[in-house]
Amino acid sequence: MTPSSGSGRVSGLDVARRPERKPGRLGMALVRASAFLTVAVLVFIIGYVLVRGARVLTPRFLLGFPEKMGREGGIYPSIVGTFVLTSLSVAIAAPLGIGTAVFLTEYTSEGLFSRIVRFGTESLAGIPSIIFGLFGFLFFVIRLGMGWSILSGSLTLAAMMLPTIVRTSEESLRSVPDIYRETAYALGASRWQTVTSVVLPSAVPGIVTGVILAMGRAVGETAAVIFTAGSSLRLPGSIFDPVRTLPVHFYILAREGISLENAYGTAAVLIIAVLLVDFAAYYTLHRVSKRRSVTGR
Amino acid sequence: MRDVAGEAGGAVKVEAKGFRLYYGEFQALKGLDAAFPDKSITAIIGPSGCGKSTFLRSINRMNDLIEGVRVAGEIVYGGKNIYDPSVDLTWLRSRIGMVFQRPVAFPLSIYDNVACAPRVQGITKKSELDQIVERSLKGVGLWDDVKDDLRKPAGGLSLGNQQKLCIARAISTNPDVILLDEPASALDPMATLRLEDLMWELRENYCLVIVTHNMQQASRASDYTMFMLDGEIVEMGHTRQVFTNPRDPRTERYVTGKLV
Repeated sequence: MTPSSGSGRVSGLDVARRPERKPGRLGMALVRASAFLTVAVLVFIIGYVLVRGARVLTPRFLLGFPEKMGREGGIYPSIVGTFVLTSLSVAIAAPLGIGTAVFLTEYTSEGLFSRIVRFGTESLAGIPSIIFGLFGFLFFVIRLGMGWSILSGSLTLAAMMLPTIVRTSEESLRSVPDIYRETAYALGASRWQTVTSVVLPSAVPGIVTGVILAMGRAVGETAAVIFTAGSSLRLPGSIFDPVRTLPVHFYILAREGISLENAYGTAAVLIIAVLLVDFAAYYTLHRVSKRRSVTGR
Repeated sequence: MRDVAGEAGGAVKVEAKGFRLYYGEFQALKGLDAAFPDKSITAIIGPSGCGKSTFLRSINRMNDLIEGVRVAGEIVYGGKNIYDPSVDLTWLRSRIGMVFQRPVAFPLSIYDNVACAPRVQGITKKSELDQIVERSLKGVGLWDDVKDDLRKPAGGLSLGNQQKLCIARAISTNPDVILLDEPASALDPMATLRLEDLMWELRENYCLVIVTHNMQQASRASDYTMFMLDGEIVEMGHTRQVFTNPRDPRTERYVTGKLV
């Protein structure tokens, strides 16, 4: 046994020491090229929008009200509207989604019901956003009489965010070691106490990542929002008022040929906002996971 | 076997009477009678699969979590059969603490790792929690090492200290009994010895029951030894007697390493 395993190791080393063969180089070049291309596309899109939009990015553009249908003036109401709409959707979708994930992982064993719930959320993920928009329009706007409003838009967006939040939360809850739960039970904790004081805190990084992913999708959503939150250029006074979010604003500016320049400016603001949220989330998560790290200093 | 209890330093804390446990159809524990006295350490030894961990986990009803487990007979603690429906599990587990094989430090601060146990009992006052945390950490000799780092993650401690932290958490609810399920199996020899020292200190105030694979540990760190085989107790007695003068030939073969 010993000689043969020994020679096996030696020949393994030999193979590892010969990376200079041509197919290896070609493969390396291929994967490098694809990685480079991916990054290049991303940088180009973001850079192009930022450069073209930077010209109009002035304090007056950010804090001013639109004039002449957005040909002149600023986008302040749209910034406020996007912020409020997105926050409200997260406020609706996060508790629901995390609650569903907790139910699926902690309160049921795999069975018909949990499979139905999972199938339902996954199907929700595959539905095109325009269908959500249509549903939101017919149900929230007309049927429930909420009109074009932040509330209708948020409820619709929340439904779109749910699958992502449920799935990522479920994954991070499942990755919490069972011994944590066992230990909590051994301390006399009830199931609810175990979930709230041990399991959820351990799963926070993954859950937050999921919520941010879902938020990224929601913040850039156009089709579903234009049907449900409207396209009013006024500053919303409450969640029952309509708004025109940033993506809807630049969609209309560009499509109706009102001002391509301001459309790019609006897009730039949106991209910067999304990047800021991503960085902030990444930074806090990094700090949180460092503070809580299980394995090392 | 009951005679053991009479000679011990304290009164009997936990007693099993004809205790049986089934995983579905399989009978894992076949009518165990045993008494665990206060202020003493009892080691449970036996080959893998003999039911020693199952028995240990029966004492604070951790087997309730496993589907298909049925029990019969009694385990008496505080004058009550702990399997009686009227027994409050939170109460039971605060009186009978448990420490696991690998140190389970939650991804929380050192302070919160200890404080989570009294919090489960409904204690929320900060001054009271502070006191409990300090007392528990002093109880395991960890206080001087960590008193300035209470807000740091528990994961940063060495494995040996993490296991001490787990014991601090287990004693934070003022239990009578501490169950240790191979508590040193993840520790290096030095940390193991320190853990055994700690067990001797805790023995002054608690009834300790330890499951161990390590024969030397059992002989070093216990007053009584219980040898189990195939779900039965073969022999239980003073540790020195069990190791030097076993009554049952099977015990002798096991402690001398001839029975695997």
